[in-house]
Amino acid sequence: MSPPFERRDFLRAAALCGTAGALGGIASLSGCAVPDGSGDTTGMLRIGMAGGSTSDSLDPRTYVDWMPINIGYQLMNGLVEIDDQGRAVPELLESWEAQGDARLWTFTLRQGIVFHNGKSLTPEDVIYSINLHRGRTPSAAQAVVENIVGLRKLDARRIEVTLQGADAELPATLSDYRLLVVPDGFADWANPVGTGAYTLEVFEPGVRCITRKVGGYWKPNAGHVEAIQVLGIGDAIARTNALISGQVDVINRIDGRTADLLRRNSRFQVIRSQTGQYAVFAMNCETEPYANADIRLALKYAIDRERLLKTLLNGYGTVGNDQPIPPNNPYFAADLVRHAYDPDQARHHLRKAGREGLEVTLEVSDAAFFGALDAAILYQAAAQEAGITLNVRRRPADGYWSAVWMQAPFCGSYSDGRTTVDATFAKAYKSTSASNETRWHRPEFDRLANLARGELDAARRRELYGVCQHMICDDGGALIPLFMDHIEAGSDKVRGWKPSAIYDLMGQRIGERVWLA
Amino acid sequence: MTRLIAARVGMGLLTLLVISALLFFATDLLPGDVAAALLGPQATPEALATIRASLHLGDPAALRYVHWLIGVVHGDFGRSIATGRSVVTVLLPRFANTLALAVLAALVSVPLALGLGLATAMRPGSRLDRLVSTLCLVTISVPEFFVGYLLILLFSVQLGWLPSLAVLNGGMSFAQRLGAVTLPVITLVLVVLAHMLRMTRAALLGCLAAPYIETALLKGLRRRTVVLRHALPNAAAPIIAVIALNLGYLVVGVVVVEVVFVYPGAGQLMVDAVGKRDLPLVQACGLAFAATYVLLNLIADIVAILVNPRLRAS
Repeated sequence: MSPPFERRDFLRAAALCGTAGALGGIASLSGCAVPDGSGDTTGMLRIGMAGGSTSDSLDPRTYVDWMPINIGYQLMNGLVEIDDQGRAVPELLESWEAQGDARLWTFTLRQGIVFHNGKSLTPEDVIYSINLHRGRTPSAAQAVVENIVGLRKLDARRIEVTLQGADAELPATLSDYRLLVVPDGFADWANPVGTGAYTLEVFEPGVRCITRKVGGYWKPNAGHVEAIQVLGIGDAIARTNALISGQVDVINRIDGRTADLLRRNSRFQVIRSQTGQYAVFAMNCETEPYANADIRLALKYAIDRERLLKTLLNGYGTVGNDQPIPPNNPYFAADLVRHAYDPDQARHHLRKAGREGLEVTLEVSDAAFFGALDAAILYQAAAQEAGITLNVRRRPADGYWSAVWMQAPFCGSYSDGRTTVDATFAKAYKSTSASNETRWHRPEFDRLANLARGELDAARRRELYGVCQHMICDDGGALIPLFMDHIEAGSDKVRGWKPSAIYDLMGQRIGERVWLA
Repeated sequence: MTRLIAARVGMGLLTLLVISALLFFATDLLPGDVAAALLGPQATPEALATIRASLHLGDPAALRYVHWLIGVVHGDFGRSIATGRSVVTVLLPRFANTLALAVLAALVSVPLALGLGLATAMRPGSRLDRLVSTLCLVTISVPEFFVGYLLILLFSVQLGWLPSLAVLNGGMSFAQRLGAVTLPVITLVLVVLAHMLRMTRAALLGCLAAPYIETALLKGLRRRTVVLRHALPNAAAPIIAVIALNLGYLVVGVVVVEVVFVYPGAGQLMVDAVGKRDLPLVQACGLAFAATYVLLNLIADIVAILVNPRLRAS
């Protein structure tokens, strides 16, 4: 992990040094203390965040929303963490090695780590913590670890993992936010015992949580504040008000318009992260008329993505091209055919399908993604130009994910960015995926994607993933108009804050990474 | 009179029983199931099945209702599906918060509404009457979340006097708690004040137009005495009913205010519970809210009986 150090801090430090140098005749940067947050732990970091609910629990098996995940990372550590460049770097696992075809892995644990209750970290603890999500379990992370068929302690430091299908990026897969480590046999989820920088003081689900720094946190350059308070603030305006009136230091989930307003005030900073979160209108490839590839293409050409980006997101995003890998991902295939707004092209595909004057119904709710209803209305107007009658059916947000999603043949949905390309494909594009929302089943795609997953040669893997992206883009049922940035804001007193490579609030690890000026 | 009151109490209990059945079966009809709501869109079928089995979701609804009702009568509302905690321990502190807010708002709004209602009714058409009427129409026309945002904009963002978050915690002194809830209390007062005030004024004016008031005035009584002794008792029934209705609203209808001020009350709890399909919690919240309404109406009925000389005599 690189030490938290910002350009602004550097300039300030350099300026201070310059002054000191002019006064004292010593112009040496090395003699000057650089504020990097590594000093004393001070102050309380106050986070106001959306994504909390009264039904939250700190049991990692139940994590589906961001407030418990953020708190989880304050209390516990994962096996692997994702740095701000998006790379998998060691956390409790110190190193790893793939044997042969990436089906057999050996992990080495970091030494000298102690849980809050005084127990030392052992392979048994790690195995127990992973097993919480395997087999008959209520865990939502079951799909993440179902590829693991064997988990064995080799000696006091090492664990051997056997996979069913080869996975060259297993460490990144194991960075999942639910794979947090607790002592072997631990079950008291009201008071989680972890190895994190903070211990729990108060937890009122969905309302408030206070954690306090533990002495001697093992991770260097992390855990800079004395205490952290997380408040659940579901309403976006209430969140912004709390920041402006100085009751919290950090808020998440603001929209583009609020971000632009806050940026005008120097007391606040706005952090924008491109994490691969995307909006999608999913067509069911097994029902008419979406089973016809030309109809799918016509619908893809009939949406004005640039306009959506401007109107809906105030530019805080990237235009999508009907495949889930964002342009800033190293595996992104840059040579895809661009599905720009083109009514003539749409008409051409309609004629080819023999379905001129197509009429379809799109079912949406704002539960699907931010501004989904507005997006559908804009789509309706754009599609009209291509001779497509797009009926927009508004569905209630409550129960949307069980009553509409995966049920309606054409509906709105979204996905968070994933740590690996394979995780993205496994979630909604492989035939085996339970949440394959487009019912797009292509054995050739499955074969190539699995081949790529097990490929240890990065260049070859990029090539295979490129072919996969072409298949989804040209043939798939996912109309992905936008990648949506995560935008968060805070007081200018919060230092060391950077855009996230994944999710928001520095991958929800903001608690141990920032400090207060 | 005792028989009358006993009949009202009986009706109240019957209402609650009917509501309990409605609540149970209506929540049962909600689309989507608990397991799916708990695990989110990424759930695997195996994980869903594990949760469903552990909740006995396969049993017939009528059987589950009877089990639930027996529990409720014994004070056991079951366990929250989402967290496994006892529903009572989850609900009680939140309901207490809601009641605290409602009581504070009632302590301010009821005397204010009655006082202003009396004052305006005594001098209809006066400058005070016109001013109050206009303000009433304004507050009644503006939605409560908007009132809340305006107050926040003024007192938290511009002036910085009061917090925009009404967050309570154990370490706060009474004065700090009071400061934290000032803005939501003002919002609630503005929301319920107009209705009660206008009803007080209208009911009093209605009575003041009656011939017996004229007689009282002609026999030389002071106007104040006439209003307080002769008109008010007869106008009391509708006023009490409206006050009860508004007090009920202060407990049951404030979820929007809770959201705006991030106040940890029972309304937000119920909304969260509905979102997660945590039915035991939804049913307990619903029943608590229904009981509040029934109780307040019961008290209103009894008070109306007591203040009305004709009913008191029977």
